[in-house]
Amino acid sequence: MASIDYPLERPDIEDTGWHFAENLYRWIATVDHKKLGLMYIVSALIFLCVAGVMAVVIRLQLAFPNGHVVDPDTYDRLFTMHGTTMVFLVGMPIVAGLSNYLVPLMIGARDMAFPRLNSFGFWIFLFGGLLLYYSYIGGSGLSGAGSAPDVGWFAYAPLTTKSFSRGHSVDYWALGVLVSGFGSIASAINVIATTISLRCPGMTLSKMPMFVWVMLVDAWLILIALPPLSAGQIMLLLDRYLGANFFNTQHGGSAVLWQHIFWIFGHPEVYILIFPAFAILSELVPIFSRKPLFGRPAMVGAVVAIGFISLGVWAHHMFAVGMTSWSNTFFAASSMLVGIPTGIKIFNWTATMYGGRIRLLTPMLFCCAFLLQFLVAGLTGIMLAVAPFDWQLHDSYFVVAHFHFTLAGGLVTALFGGFYYWYPKVAGRMYNETLAKWHFWLFIIGFNLTFIPLHFAGTLGMPRRIYTYAPGRGWEIWNQLASLGALMQAAAVTLFAWNVIYSAIKGEPAGDDPWDAWTLEWGTTSPPPEYNFEKLPVVRSSRPLWDLKHPNDPDWKYE
Amino acid sequence: MYAFLAWLQTHAEGLPEHRIANIFEPRSTPGDMERHIANLTLGITGIIFVVVGGLIVYTIWRFRRKPGDDSRQEPPQVYGSNQIEIAWTVIPILIVFILIGVSARVIAAIQNASPPHSTLKIRLIGHQWWWEVEYPDFKVKTANEIHVPVNADGHTATYLQLESLDVIHSFWVPQIAGKTDLIPNRVNYMWIDPKEAGIFFGNCAEYCGTQHANMLLRLVVQPQNEFNAWVAQQAQPAEANPVDPGVAQGKNMFESLACVNCHRVQGTTATGVFGPDLTHLMSRQTIGAGVLPMNHQNLRDWVNDPQNAKPGCFMPSMKLTDAELDQVVSYLESLR
Amino acid sequence: MAEENVLTAGALTLEQDWKMPDRGTVGIIFLIITETALFSIFVAAYLIYIGKSLVGPYPKDVLELPILATICLLSSSGTIVFAEHALEKGHLGQFKLWWIVTICLGLEFLTATGLEWRKLIVHDHLTISTNLFGTTFYSLVGLHASHVTVGMVFLLLVLAVTLFRFPIETQKRRVKFLSWYWHFVDAVWVVVFTVVYIIGR
Ligand code: HEA
Ligand code: HEA
Ligand code: HEC
Ligand code: CUA
Ligand SMILES: [Cu+2]
Repeated sequence: MASIDYPLERPDIEDTGWHFAENLYRWIATVDHKKLGLMYIVSALIFLCVAGVMAVVIRLQLAFPNGHVVDPDTYDRLFTMHGTTMVFLVGMPIVAGLSNYLVPLMIGARDMAFPRLNSFGFWIFLFGGLLLYYSYIGGSGLSGAGSAPDVGWFAYAPLTTKSFSRGHSVDYWALGVLVSGFGSIASAINVIATTISLRCPGMTLSKMPMFVWVMLVDAWLILIALPPLSAGQIMLLLDRYLGANFFNTQHGGSAVLWQHIFWIFGHPEVYILIFPAFAILSELVPIFSRKPLFGRPAMVGAVVAIGFISLGVWAHHMFAVGMTSWSNTFFAASSMLVGIPTGIKIFNWTATMYGGRIRLLTPMLFCCAFLLQFLVAGLTGIMLAVAPFDWQLHDSYFVVAHFHFTLAGGLVTALFGGFYYWYPKVAGRMYNETLAKWHFWLFIIGFNLTFIPLHFAGTLGMPRRIYTYAPGRGWEIWNQLASLGALMQAAAVTLFAWNVIYSAIKGEPAGDDPWDAWTLEWGTTSPPPEYNFEKLPVVRSSRPLWDLKHPNDPDWKYE
Repeated sequence: MYAFLAWLQTHAEGLPEHRIANIFEPRSTPGDMERHIANLTLGITGIIFVVVGGLIVYTIWRFRRKPGDDSRQEPPQVYGSNQIEIAWTVIPILIVFILIGVSARVIAAIQNASPPHSTLKIRLIGHQWWWEVEYPDFKVKTANEIHVPVNADGHTATYLQLESLDVIHSFWVPQIAGKTDLIPNRVNYMWIDPKEAGIFFGNCAEYCGTQHANMLLRLVVQPQNEFNAWVAQQAQPAEANPVDPGVAQGKNMFESLACVNCHRVQGTTATGVFGPDLTHLMSRQTIGAGVLPMNHQNLRDWVNDPQNAKPGCFMPSMKLTDAELDQVVSYLESLR
Repeated sequence: MAEENVLTAGALTLEQDWKMPDRGTVGIIFLIITETALFSIFVAAYLIYIGKSLVGPYPKDVLELPILATICLLSSSGTIVFAEHALEKGHLGQFKLWWIVTICLGLEFLTATGLEWRKLIVHDHLTISTNLFGTTFYSLVGLHASHVTVGMVFLLLVLAVTLFRFPIETQKRRVKFLSWYWHFVDAVWVVVFTVVYIIGR
């Protein structure tokens, strides 16, 4: 290593007490993008486990008809908190965490554009999350009506107004999510400024790694889509605290207005959530196939197209509210149009693999699973976009199956791949491949066992958000399979957690570039030093390390 | 009286019960149109799945690294191809346009259909967590069970006017039609024309609070003459002066309790509108929007403590003594 | 695998100059974009609820055109530009002068809003909970006024800093960003004014 005054091995710390406090302070006060990125990701993983455990309880309750694991109110809180946590406290910090950790490294920068804003973003996000969970303790308020919010993750009015939700649980939902949203906006501005202003010499936009492109568009979507949610939540809080009438149907307020506001945010949000998966695939598939990304310009075009079209499809969540046939047709059409750029992405990843030499290590296995599962998810999405079909499927377990295929089968699956891929860079050590393979198979089988059957339950008329159901309606078998699968997923996630912790201590040292990869982060040490690069790199193509490794046949000759 | 109950039960069982609400077995025109477009969509997406999925699996399998491969040798570096990009942009566009066209047609056909002449009108009002069913043309009010005639001649569609008094609910009887929401401060319409007699199961399909799970719905589709008889019967007020002394005593008891603040029994002093109309309670098959089948024991348990069967529902436990309970229940059981 | 730390080993050089946009500029532009998204929802809600109030008072009965306040706020956009130019040229005295004028104009606007609200609440009995007009009016105008207030705090901060003889010349960039923000707040007022006092009346 040319210049390394940063020890790879962590020095053994004897008297932990003293150093612990010191280290803790270092983490809390840090403005380093890598530390903040890791803090985002670790909190997201913790929230994933919390919300995952909630999901397991949900599945236990539904495993048999007339289940008695939890009572109705508890159940309603469980799915509300599960959904809210997964979306706002797992999905959103993952976006922030991945872009924080990787974007500066990939564009050859020493830090984010606004490091202090970055740390502000993280802490306010965490505060929002904890505020939401504090509702379990503080939510009952003076009137003593209940604890955590129980209005569903999209909190439809007028169920959320004072007349139908007493106590303070809904306030915690609105405030917690509002506050954590400010964190996301701060971090999105930061990502945009970083990518626009801090790219290392030579890295024009056309040479920027695909990962960074996707995260850039993602940040753009956050900026445009989150403020509507904040606006809605501010209105809701005004209703609840000052007696305003935005959603008070007794005073002429409109319940449908909330739905529009929420889904103007909500639909772009699901693309915000899936983009990290797209970003991960766009890095991992080329590396493990040993080929450059097929059709790079088309991939950039597709992601930008998604970033714009997805802003105009929101009312496909509202086909059942009785809109005019024109609106229904418009939103059905625009929703299906999103399938085209998304298809382009799937095709290009496949073409990248085609003719390659695919190393089927765990990260790549997760990518392959992602491709198939996301294909299913997208196609069920198309079915939902066919409005007359959606009148049947809306708010049934078919929708639940659709979005878990996109989120658990898409996002989470790709994330596992990404985590394994960057693990050696972050930890400086290699994860355990055997354990990882176990994790992969358990998770993929468990996931499909959970969510394939739920499609059928939906077509048999099973509505979502029911805490129990009577026997004899044809739903039992599908629910039992699903519950079994959920337990397998829990086992898989536990293996993952164990692998991450164990390998951080006992794993093989990984070296700087274990995958023989091509983007800049693999050109620095593992873990990277505080300032990332001793000397700012200079790039001439979108695969800078490939150029350096193949001086006789560099990429820039072809670009 | 028990004989009558028994007769009612067999009468109810006379119609086939469709507990399994499969959306692919519709019994009404909207449901049928939806099934058609569903099948078409499934076919198209199925083909896409097989082709694209097959391609992905084939690629992974064919180009996976095999044990003997030289790990240092890189495959040919291919950067892309414009022709191919155009091909896989244009083909999906064509497919999507087909789907859009078909959807537009079906949406218009279902939503913009104008009512035929002899149309039954029903006003359906959502409450947390029960359904109020009103037949404005017949001055009939009932709850949780919608009776409609079979559409035998193709002209007897039923028009539903959907409203809500509290939060959003959604009407969904899968074998009859897709769902439409019941939204406070807004009126929605939908139409159905069931083509086969039977009892069709449905649910409230929009989360509306604690007991959303037990906001069940039955659509009773009857031959026209039976339907007419049912309506005629429902239009009758309850007996003002019951002859049976037990029932008369029960009536007095009922009228002296708080029940009357929330429930209406036509022809008596009970005029509440907060809870379901009880005038013809015994003609229904269930209690509490489908949580319990209607029978003596269940009715007694319900009146004793509704929170037991339907925790969180808005009927309080009335804390009646056993004697009061017996009297009230025997009165309720006279409300056919 | 490949040679270690390839980056340091095989560094390239770039022929042409490498200049990137200023990060602060990018940051403030995108801040304004997301603020715009926030405002547009409140504006849309206002438009949707026009004429939907179930009870009075209605806009045409109680709203008066805030002409003076509008002129003040809009002209403050001009004076802040003058201040900026003065700073650019190094005329500190002029800068202070224009800056104070800007602040006064902003304060006049806020006072006018305050008086208007006082009249509406005390005299017309219109509060945020009275009807949909009150709900949307106070929240939209209030959201805007809160942005003016934030801008005002920063304006005052710059003034204080200048008066304490801190070398404000070194902060030209920040002054520029602040003036952009101020222009944005003005532009929003044009929309709010049109929606509330023209379309909505
Ligand atoms: C990561 C999240 C994610 C993603 C990526 C998507 C992607 C899509 N979603 Fe999904 N969706 C959700 C998350 C997501 N969704 C969530 C969370 C909900 C429920 C919220 C709630 O109610 O709680 C939901 C609900 C939802 C609904 C409302 C259902 C209802 O409540 O009634 C609809 C309706 O149109 C829909 C449609 C789509 C479509 C058309 C896509 C498309 O983008 C899919 C595009 C992809 C493909 C089509 C596959 C690949 C393409 C090809 C192989 C090309 C060839 C294809 C064709 C020619 C068609 N989604
Ligand atoms: C990112 C999004 C995401 C993810 C990943 C998941 C993951 C899962 N979800 Fe979730 N879900 C939503 C988002 C998500 N969900 C949303 C938005 C809703 C709608 C809510 C609403 O209606 O309002 C919903 C609703 C929802 C329902 C419907 C509830 C209802 O309508 O009544 C169900 C039911 O089966 C369910 C199940 C599951 C299961 C089994 C998983 C599994 O994949 C989970 C697997 C993970 C684990 C099992 C964690 C394991 C961890 C441990 C075992 C702990 C170990 C800990 C250490 C070692 C520290 N989810
Ligand atoms: C505070 C109002 C209230 C009072 C008092 C009240 N009820 Fe009810 N009742 C309701 C509501 C609300 C429901 C619907 C509950 C549901 O299904 O969620 C209901 C449902 C019922 C039902 C089932 C109706 C059906 O069609 O499913 C019966 C029977 C009934 N009540 C009888 C009584 C009797 C008898 C009393 C007095 C001893 C009584 N109620 C007092 C509110 C009330
Ligand atoms: Cu009513 Cu759900
Ligand atoms: Cu959507």
